[in-house]
Amino acid sequence: MALKLTDLKTEVHNDWCPGCGDFGILSAVQMALAEMNLDPHRVAMVSGIGCSGKTPHFVKTYGVHTLHGRSLPFAAGVKLANPGLEVIDCGGDGDGLGIGAGHFVNAGRRNVDLAYILFDNGVYGLTKGQASPTLKLGMKTKSLPLPNINSGINPIMLALASGYTFVARGYAYDVRHLKEMIKRAILHKGMAFLDVLQPCPTYNDLQTKEYWSGEGQLDAAGKQIPRTYKLETIGYDGVVKTADDTEREEKIKQAMMKAFEFGDHTPIGVFYQNEWIPTYEERLNQRMPSYRANPPAVERIARDDGTPVANVSKLLDELRVN
Amino acid sequence: MIGGAQGSGVDTSANIFGRAAAQGGLHIFGNREYYSNIKGEHSYFQVRLSRKKVRSHVNTVDLLATFDDETIIRHAGEVRKDGGIIYDPVLGGNEIKDMPTIEPNVLRRIYVELDKNNLPHTVDGVLEEARRRGVHVYPIPYLDILKQVGEKFGENSLSSLTKMVNVMAVAASFALVDYPQDQVNEALKRQFRAKPKVVEINTAAVTAAYDYVREKYNGGFGFKLEPNPTTEKRIFVRGSSIIGIAKILAGCRLQTYYPITPASDESEYLEAHENIELNGIMADEAKTLQGSMVVVQTEDEIAAITMAVGGALTGTRSSTSTSGPGFSLMAEGLGWAGMNEVPLVVTLYQRGGPSTGLPTRHEQGDLKFALNIGHGDFPRIVLASGDLEEAFYDVTTAFNYAEKYQVPVIHIVDKAMANSDLSYQMFDPSRSKIERGSLLAGKVGNGVDDEFPRFKLTANGVSPRPPIGAEGGIYWNTGDEHDENGHISEDPENRVLNMDKRMGKLVLAAQEIPLEEKVHFFGPKDAPITIVSWGSTKGAILDAMDSLQEEGISVNFLQVRLISPFPTEYVKEVLFRAKKVINIEMNYTGQLGGVIREMTCFPVEQYVVKYNGRPMSQEEIHDSVKEIAEGTAPKRVVLTNGA
Repeated sequence: MALKLTDLKTEVHNDWCPGCGDFGILSAVQMALAEMNLDPHRVAMVSGIGCSGKTPHFVKTYGVHTLHGRSLPFAAGVKLANPGLEVIDCGGDGDGLGIGAGHFVNAGRRNVDLAYILFDNGVYGLTKGQASPTLKLGMKTKSLPLPNINSGINPIMLALASGYTFVARGYAYDVRHLKEMIKRAILHKGMAFLDVLQPCPTYNDLQTKEYWSGEGQLDAAGKQIPRTYKLETIGYDGVVKTADDTEREEKIKQAMMKAFEFGDHTPIGVFYQNEWIPTYEERLNQRMPSYRANPPAVERIARDDGTPVANVSKLLDELRVN
Repeated sequence: MIGGAQGSGVDTSANIFGRAAAQGGLHIFGNREYYSNIKGEHSYFQVRLSRKKVRSHVNTVDLLATFDDETIIRHAGEVRKDGGIIYDPVLGGNEIKDMPTIEPNVLRRIYVELDKNNLPHTVDGVLEEARRRGVHVYPIPYLDILKQVGEKFGENSLSSLTKMVNVMAVAASFALVDYPQDQVNEALKRQFRAKPKVVEINTAAVTAAYDYVREKYNGGFGFKLEPNPTTEKRIFVRGSSIIGIAKILAGCRLQTYYPITPASDESEYLEAHENIELNGIMADEAKTLQGSMVVVQTEDEIAAITMAVGGALTGTRSSTSTSGPGFSLMAEGLGWAGMNEVPLVVTLYQRGGPSTGLPTRHEQGDLKFALNIGHGDFPRIVLASGDLEEAFYDVTTAFNYAEKYQVPVIHIVDKAMANSDLSYQMFDPSRSKIERGSLLAGKVGNGVDDEFPRFKLTANGVSPRPPIGAEGGIYWNTGDEHDENGHISEDPENRVLNMDKRMGKLVLAAQEIPLEEKVHFFGPKDAPITIVSWGSTKGAILDAMDSLQEEGISVNFLQVRLISPFPTEYVKEVLFRAKKVINIEMNYTGQLGGVIREMTCFPVEQYVVKYNGRPMSQEEIHDSVKEIAEGTAPKRVVLTNGA
């Protein structure tokens, strides 16, 4: 039976600010799940702390609203224990690139088959608008007493450097495009990173919906030129087609060049995708041939009377001295 | 005692020595001491052999086998009258001032002793001092003998030959006490199983050492170590691996860790044994199907605990192992597990704190931390094993508690346990039974993917728990206070109901957990002295009780194992009934004593504590208890033995 969008909605009151970019992301997630027709109980939505952290409560799948910055290791734990699940992680840029930066980098090294959606708005919303890791140097959003004294992280670049095998960007108010990006991130075999430009109407008065729509940037006819453009419209192809190292390097270089573009001409779409790198699960299965067939969450560890199923007598015999 | 520079094979020789003795039916207790260092610093292995069970070390050394000059300098003073020191005579002229790894304060102590006796500041000076006290010294030219052995095998590389000094020292020790050489050969074979050539040349070295000792010192030591054949199946156990085996047995299938001494050995053991043999539960399939122990080395301990919690949410028995500094980082993850009622086991290998403290040394300094880690009130079970045999069975118990009460369980062990080597009668895995509590399986509820009341308020506070992935079981977790489906709720009434639900599970656990899992009681009920303690002091206390009894001092011992929920009523009853209570612990403040005061109002007043990083010896406990019995001890006895 096909899933309807309403099957994926909860009745939990949504307390995001009116006009928040999060609504666009939430809709795109629900639309993607409905179109993919994934059984809700086979899906786990994981999140960190902040406005974005509430997302799972609005989606009727298993929800794991975790700690600030820690959603990636939680998500990896769920996935590695039960590789049959679809695990989607979401968090803000403060969550993922500030307090959780170490986890963000190391998730790339592992390449667990997860999708990570970054709600990237340049501010810490829930704590009233402090500068977050993607806010550029010298920018002064409205609740900052002084301009930002730190440089901003380039999330695309960081993901590429860390080993993410799918790196893409979407925009919260281009829901149809974003939905496609989410679907591709979920379908991607490996660790997927999706950076979502997400206006915060309350605290970020610089990168607003109007800004991204092209306010103040006009063509000869006086029409606004949007500040985002789609990579596919310029014939860009970030997908690695062979296991060849040279091709991989070329595609990463190309993606890095694109990652520098930000502001008046900001690319959205798939920067890089490589399914030739084995996932962590595949690496485990290489060493443990029963891992996929009998994963930790599925293995029956005891008989009905509580007798353990594991046979440790050989291990104990190795310790025997007589 | 066997000692040498780190990296020179002290660990290997400890294993060979221990195995050879245990094969002969002797009981063995060994303790490894080493610096936080890879190569060069001093390390030693202290081993005690007996026909009856031994559980602790003693202050004095009967036989000191040295690989290097520093071991002689550091430990000669511990060798008793009529004891022996084995060493290579080429080291005799070495000057103490040229040994850079000896700390200045240790040097000063040694110089004072040598100056008092007008002896030179050399190895020979220290040996002469020992000789004057009645210690036998046995010069054995290791390298000369090894060169001869090497010639037979065409091996003349000095560095390869030096690698066998450790085996020479072990062989010379056994030869001095006339222990059968075939046991040493057998232990060698086990140690170097995969390398037949290494076995061959080392066996030749053992023979050469035996021949040399027999020729030079035949019977001179005056003590013969005889095997004690037994029909009992015995194992030779190293701490970290036995806990690993127990985790495999208990059904743990996700272990996360960040490298830390002394906890990581366990995770490495698990990784090396990640494919698990199953006892055919699923008929034909099972013949080929194995279990998979997923071991993940994470980027830090925060990731370690949160990843394990993620695994636990899927119904997988999950755990992480760490030591003090790592445990400090786990506070937030543990609180989240408490808030979301996640069964999780943290194996805490205590070591010397605070901060980096004494990374490779022993302490029981984390009891109160384990009881209080994390902000806010949430239930956690804290279980402290007293020795490796207890730890083996406690691992399954810890996972059972975690699942039955849906709480994080902190299983406390320590460096002394992790790095001790003991002989035991074969453990019995069939004694361990797995209890999974209210974990649901298959389709949950009406099987429709609607919201499931995971945190339903039940009479006993434990709610049915669907693993993530169960059809019909959809629910939410959140670190926020939440309603029964796991959605955020700040409603005051809901808050009180859920706090009561979660904390009430500790009351339930206290009611249900049998007394024999909470405490152990040893000795005559009405003894005039009652020792109360916890954890690995158990061995030295039991050994001291035996020796005190021989002197007519009767002592009983209350070992508290379950620290949370605390067995208040029982402890109260024992302590208020006791005539004289002595609290013994390996930490500065007497942490259990504080907990006892808090929980029972019993005024613990007599403490025996130790915090120099070295485990308690039998005599230390014997002597301090005796002094307390005689009324000559201060209220707080501080023990200091150990090098």
